Amino acid sequence: MVELSADTLLDAQGISLSFGGTRAIRDVSFDVRRGELFAIIGPNGAGKTSIFNCISGVYRPQEGSLRLDDDELIGMAPESIAKLGVARMFQNIELFDNLTVLDNLMLGRALHMNYSVASAFIFSPNVRRQEAANREAVERIIDFLDIESHRNFPVGMLPYGVKKRVELGRALAMEPTLLLLDEPVAGMNVEETEDMARFILDVRAEMGVTMILVEHDMGLVMDLADRVLVLDFGERIALGEPAQVQADPNVIRAYLGEDLTGALTEA
Amino acid sequence: MTTATKESRKTVRGRPQLFTSYAREMSIFNTRVKRNWAIVGILALGILPFLLQRDMVALLTTVLIYAIGGIGLNLLTGYAGQVSLGQAFFMGLGAYTAAVLGGESKGDVIGLGWDMAIWLPLAGLVPAVIALVLAPLAARVRGLYLAILTLGLVFIGEHIFKEAKPITGGAGVGRAPADPVFLGFDLFSNQTILGYRIDRFTIFYFATLVIFLVLAFAARNFVRSRFGRNFAAVRDRDVAAEVMGVSLLRTKTLAFAVSSFYAGISGALLSIVIGRISPETWNIFLSIDFLAVVFIGGLATITGSIMGAVFVVLLPKLVNWITGFIPGAGGIGDGGLLNVFELQTIIFGLLIVLFLILEPRGLYGLWLRLRNYFKAWPFSF
Repeated sequence: MVELSADTLLDAQGISLSFGGTRAIRDVSFDVRRGELFAIIGPNGAGKTSIFNCISGVYRPQEGSLRLDDDELIGMAPESIAKLGVARMFQNIELFDNLTVLDNLMLGRALHMNYSVASAFIFSPNVRRQEAANREAVERIIDFLDIESHRNFPVGMLPYGVKKRVELGRALAMEPTLLLLDEPVAGMNVEETEDMARFILDVRAEMGVTMILVEHDMGLVMDLADRVLVLDFGERIALGEPAQVQADPNVIRAYLGEDLTGALTEA
Repeated sequence: MTTATKESRKTVRGRPQLFTSYAREMSIFNTRVKRNWAIVGILALGILPFLLQRDMVALLTTVLIYAIGGIGLNLLTGYAGQVSLGQAFFMGLGAYTAAVLGGESKGDVIGLGWDMAIWLPLAGLVPAVIALVLAPLAARVRGLYLAILTLGLVFIGEHIFKEAKPITGGAGVGRAPADPVFLGFDLFSNQTILGYRIDRFTIFYFATLVIFLVLAFAARNFVRSRFGRNFAAVRDRDVAAEVMGVSLLRTKTLAFAVSSFYAGISGALLSIVIGRISPETWNIFLSIDFLAVVFIGGLATITGSIMGAVFVVLLPKLVNWITGFIPGAGGIGDGGLLNVFELQTIIFGLLIVLFLILEPRGLYGLWLRLRNYFKAWPFSF
């Protein structure tokens, strides 16, 4: 286990998000510490992915504040939030299907290159240097994730498990300070799940990236996470260490339903 | 030559896929075969005009001009995924910018008579700047809605061109195009070079060839840079692109601007080949011609756009020739079953349908298949 530092990286206070009359998130507060592996769980439609969309700027919550270090994220454009070092893996793979694995990862480096349009037309030495340097960074990630053999294939042709790995790679290529993992092992078999779990632990150990994990695989969450936030119908019902959360009666009720034994005896 | 390429040169023979440096792998012709084909192609383009008749040289010039415009539209539609019918409008803008700056003043029509070294870049830049202004509007919509929006642009443009008489000469009248005088050297008059008399079509062909090569290589560089990747990202998954830090608005605006630059240059050169420009030239059918170049050539390939241009420009010639062998389909409206123009339209439409069904990657896709067949020969895969 990595020792947790006390300082907060992401501080969410009283976030509320609604679409018309539907309230997707209601007054949710939590904090993610630097270097932490923070998990968000909850039944379907609890608002987990909505929270990710708020953090990465795709949705704009009506109330509350979301601070990454000293920057207020609410109201910022997604590309500005990306510049602050927030990377993301999507629930339904959102890779660029027609591009090769290499180009997908190179797109993760989009913010690490700054040459001008004019220099791109002549492919100036500066462009060459930046491209080669970023290519090297990408190759390290390819090596790390063990996807060398898929390097030059269009992503659309790859099997599901590899696609997920490529998506993790693309997020890592951004060299993020905060990594959002939206169901990284959904639909995977036991072996693939274990591989992904190992990658997640390696990312944390080797790169020191803070991560927020949304996942339905409880075994994975309880094994990996330092702290767990439980949502139900957009509301926070528990926050704490895995063991604590598992024993929480509210959580059990949300997952297993109401205990009706009392109700029965009354009737 | 860098040391890296020198070192890798030794290892390349016999193992074209073995790269020993990233610089080598990223280079524009990263295998010998590609480089040699490019050299052969350029040499062929240099020799051809001396083997062909004058009208064929003019046709070949048109091919190059269509290739320039096709590359421009492919950057926007193929790479950035923004279907645009506005190509003709931007070509018109380029043609009139060139004509005003580089043409002669005659009657009410304005012409400043400047040198080609000034009007040629501006014929690209003016449409690019106007695209820059229009792009934020266009960036808000996508797919079919964008196609309709850019369609509107063509109609508005055609109307403006018809009404702006001092610039365009007005409907049905038109005006003379820009004079292609580059640094005092007239590129559209017969010249004697080293004792050889070269006719004006050949001279202008070579001028166009140089412009085409510069622009084609520039486009090839552009699409393998970060901007080319950003275009593809916006095309394939716009939400993911944003989360990667790629701004949708800026990327789409850049795509429109670059594409319009190419369209403008293409329009200016085309007006010179046609000889007289009327506002009706820049209509929806010209846009569709260029969409055909892009789709038949293959989406998101520069080489494909060139193939598409060859196809679209030379097909009518080929059909003319074929009709000689088809009984009942002769001549121009002499009462046969079909006249040449009808047959042309039918074959053109048929080929587009066939390409979309059989090989959506276009001519470039056919080329890839052929290449892979010979690469693996004598095995089937």
